[in-house]
Amino acid sequence: MMIADGIEDEEKWLAEGIAGIQHNAFYLHRAVDSNNLREALKYSAQLLSELRTSRLSPHKYYELYMRAFDELRRLEMFFKDEERHGCSVLDLYELVQHAGNVLPRLYLLCTVGSVYIKSKEAPAKDVLKDLVEMCRSVQHPIRGLFLRSYLAQISRDKLPDIGSEYEGDGDTVMDAVDFVLQNFTEMNKLWVRMQHQGPIRVKEKLDKERSELRDLVGKNLHVLSQIEGVDLEIYKDTVLPRVLEQVVNCKDELAQHYLMDCIIQVFPDEYHLQTLETLLGAFPQLQPAVDIKTVLSQLMDRLSNYAASSAEVLPEFLQVEAFAKLSNAIGKVIEAQVEMPVVGAISLYVSLLTFALRVHSDRLDYVDQVLGACVKKLSGSPKLEDNKATKQVVALLTAPLEKYNDIDTALTLSNYPHVMDHLDAGTNKIMAMVLIQSIMKYNTCVSTAEKVDVLFELIKGLIKDIDGTLADELDEEDFKEEQNSVARLVHMLYNDDPEEMLQIICTVRKHIMAGGPKRLPFTVPPLVFSALKLVRRLQGLDGEVAGEEVPATPRKIFQLLNQIIEALSNVPSPELALRLYLQCAEAANDCDLEPVAYEFFTQAFVLYEEEVADSKAQVTSIHLIIGTLQRMNAFGVENRDTLTHKATGYSAKLLKKPDQCRAVYACSHLFWVDDQDGIKDGERFKLIFRHNWT
Amino acid sequence: MVLVLALGDLHIPHRAPDLPAKFKSMLVPGKIQHIICTGNLCIKEVHDYLKTICPDLHITRGEYDEETRYPETKTLTIGQFKLGICHGHQVIPWGDLDSLAMLQRQLDVDILVTGHTHQFTAYKHEAGVVINPGSATGAYSSITYDVNPSFVLMDIDGLRVVVYVYELIDGEVKVDKIDFKKTTASANSAH
Repeated sequence: MMIADGIEDEEKWLAEGIAGIQHNAFYLHRAVDSNNLREALKYSAQLLSELRTSRLSPHKYYELYMRAFDELRRLEMFFKDEERHGCSVLDLYELVQHAGNVLPRLYLLCTVGSVYIKSKEAPAKDVLKDLVEMCRSVQHPIRGLFLRSYLAQISRDKLPDIGSEYEGDGDTVMDAVDFVLQNFTEMNKLWVRMQHQGPIRVKEKLDKERSELRDLVGKNLHVLSQIEGVDLEIYKDTVLPRVLEQVVNCKDELAQHYLMDCIIQVFPDEYHLQTLETLLGAFPQLQPAVDIKTVLSQLMDRLSNYAASSAEVLPEFLQVEAFAKLSNAIGKVIEAQVEMPVVGAISLYVSLLTFALRVHSDRLDYVDQVLGACVKKLSGSPKLEDNKATKQVVALLTAPLEKYNDIDTALTLSNYPHVMDHLDAGTNKIMAMVLIQSIMKYNTCVSTAEKVDVLFELIKGLIKDIDGTLADELDEEDFKEEQNSVARLVHMLYNDDPEEMLQIICTVRKHIMAGGPKRLPFTVPPLVFSALKLVRRLQGLDGEVAGEEVPATPRKIFQLLNQIIEALSNVPSPELALRLYLQCAEAANDCDLEPVAYEFFTQAFVLYEEEVADSKAQVTSIHLIIGTLQRMNAFGVENRDTLTHKATGYSAKLLKKPDQCRAVYACSHLFWVDDQDGIKDGERFKLIFRHNWT
Repeated sequence: MVLVLALGDLHIPHRAPDLPAKFKSMLVPGKIQHIICTGNLCIKEVHDYLKTICPDLHITRGEYDEETRYPETKTLTIGQFKLGICHGHQVIPWGDLDSLAMLQRQLDVDILVTGHTHQFTAYKHEAGVVINPGSATGAYSSITYDVNPSFVLMDIDGLRVVVYVYELIDGEVKVDKIDFKKTTASANSAH
C-alpha cells in the first residue's frame, strides 16, 4: 500500500517540520525580546531551513510556509526598529547574506529588503531588481515558487507606482512593471519545470499538484492589473507582449490554458478590445492540447457582456473590427489544429455566433458568415455521427431563431439550409421540429410562396423520406406528433392577397405530395381547409373582373382541391376523402357552381359504394351525405332527384334495421326543406319511402 | 356550485393550429369540475390537454375524431341536472332545433349539449335547454361563416344553472350569461 504509506509519511514530515519551526521560533522570540540580533539571525535561519525540504507535496509545503511566514512578519518588525538592534539597514542587508544556506538567506534578504525600501535609503527599483535576480539561485520548483511568492507579497505595497510614495527620480511605473514581469517569468518557468522533477509520478497527481500552485503564478498578473500606472499604452506595448511571449514559449499546455484564462479575467475588457489582434495572435501558437475553445468562448462572452453594458461601447467594437478579428482567429486556430475534432470547431462557431447575435444583432451578414464558415468546415468532414457535434449544430441553428423571434429572418440567411443539409436525417427532423415550434410559439405568419418554399425545404426531413431512412423505423407516436406539427404549420401560412395565397397553397401541395401514403392523411386535410377558406374569401369579393386573367378563382381552386383529395385514394383513406369531398360540395354550392358541387357528390358516392365497407362507418358516412345534401340549394330538380334517390337507396340498404330507419327518416328532410320554395314534395317522398320500405 | 366546461369542434390540427392563447390562459387546471366535449378534437394531444384541465372528461365522437371509440351520445347527472352530449352531425337537418329537441327527449335530459355548427346557441323549450358551445378555436365551418372562437362554462347550483358564454371577438374575450331554472327537482321514481 505505497500510497497510504506515502500519505502517512508526508503527515509525519510535515509534523516534524512544524515542530522544527516552533522550536526555533521559541528561541527566536527570546532573542528578539532581548534585542539580540545575532541570535535572532541564527534562529531565524534555522527556522527557515525547514523550508529546504523536498519531501512535501505543494499542499503540505504551503502549511509549513505559512508558519514561517508568520514568524518572518514579526522578524520584519524587529528589523525595522533600528534602535533596538543597533544595525543600519544597509549593514543588515549585508549581514543576512552570511547565512549558510541559500534558501534561508534569500528569505531573510527579502525581509530586510522590505525594510530597506520602506526606509527610502535606496531607490525601490534597485532593491527590487537585486532581489528578483538573487532569487534565481533557487531553482527547485516548489521552493522557488514559494520564495518568489513571498517576494511578490512583501513587495506589493512598495512598487513605484504612480502616486505611490516610492515613485521618484528614476523610479517609475516601468520599473514596477519590469519587476513584476520578471518575477512572473521566473515563476512560470519554475512551475513548468515541476513536471520534470523528482521521481516519476502519476500524471494526474502531478497535474493536480501543479494546479494547486497555479494561483501563485497568476497572482503576478493580478498585481500587474492593479498597478495604477499601467494604462492601455503600457499594457499594449509592454505588459501583454511580454506575458504572451512567456506563455507561448513555455510550451506547457497546463500553463498556457491557465494563463490565457487569467489574462482574460484579470485585465479590463476595453484593453482586450484594443489589443484583440495581439491577443488572438497567440492562440494558434499554443500547444494543440490546450482547450482553446473554452478560452476563446470566455473571451467572447466577456466581450458580449461588455457590449451589453452600455450603448456607447458599441462603436468601439466596430472600430476595432472585433468580429472580423475573432472570425479570422477562429479560422486560423481550426486550420492550425488539424487534430481538432469537429465538435470543437462547431462549438467555436457557436460562441462566435452568440457573440455576433449579442453585439451586432442587426448585422445579418455576420450571422450568415458564421454559418457559411461552419458549412465549409462540415463539408470537409465526413457526415456527422458524433452526438455532441450534432447537438452543437442544433445549438448553432437555434440561436438565430431565439434571438429574432421571427422565422422570416432565419429564412433569409442563405447558409441556413446548407448547414441543415449536413445533418443526418434524424437530427434534421429534430431541427425541423424546432423550427415549427418557433413559428408556433411566436405566432409568426409565413406570408409568401417563396418563403414557404424555403421553409418546406428546410423541414424536408418531416415532409418526406430522405434517402436511406424509412418511415417504418420511427415510433408511431413520434411519427404522429411530427405529422401533426406539420399540419398545424399549414395554418400559419397566410397572405391577404388571394393570388399570393393560392401560390402558397400550390407550393405546399407540391411539397406534401412527395410525402407518401403515410403522411398524406395528416397533411391533406389542413391544406384542403386552407383552400376552402380562400374560396370563401373570394366569394366575399366582387365577381370576376371582366377581361382580366385572374388565376385565383373558386373554380380553379376546386379543380385543385379535387386533385389534392384524389391523392388520398393512394393511401387509401376513403372515409376522410368522402368527408372532404362533401365539404367541397357545400363550398361549391355556396359559390353557385352546380356542376362542380354535383361532381363532388358523385365522387363521395363512388367512395361510399366502393370503399366504405364497415357498417358503422357506413352509417356515419350516409348521414354526412344526407346532412350535406339537405343543405344544397344550387341543384336543379334533376340533379337533386338523382342524388336524393341514391341517398335514400343506400339508407334502406344499411346493415341493421334501426340504422335503416333512422337514415331513411333523415332522408325525409331531403324532400321537405322549410326555408326553400319548391321543395315540399310530400307525394314523392311517400312514393320513395314505400318503394324502399317494404 | 359546480363548474362545467362545455366546448368542442376544435378541429386541431385539420382546421386550426391551437386554442387561442387568451382561452388557454383562462383554462387553468383545478378550477373546473367537469368537462363536456361535443367532439372533433381531433387528435389525442388535445384529449390529453383537456385532461390536464380536468380529469373528469366526457366526450362524444365527432366525424373527424382520430379516436373512433368515443360514444355517439353520452348522458350524465350533475347535481339536480341530467345532461346529454352528442356531436350533432347525426341529427339532420344540422342545427335544427326541433330535431335536437327530439334527441333531447330521447335521451331524457334537462340540458343537451351539441356542436357541429360551430355557432354558439342556447335555446330553452318545454323539454329543457339545448346548448351549442360553438368552436373553441373558431374553426372553418361549411355551415357557419365568420366563426368566432367560443366555449361555455356552466355553473350548476341546485335547481339553477347559469350559462356563461366566452367569445373571442376581434382579439378580446367577451362574456355573456343566461340563466335557466328547473321547475321541479329530478324525481327518483319513474313516472
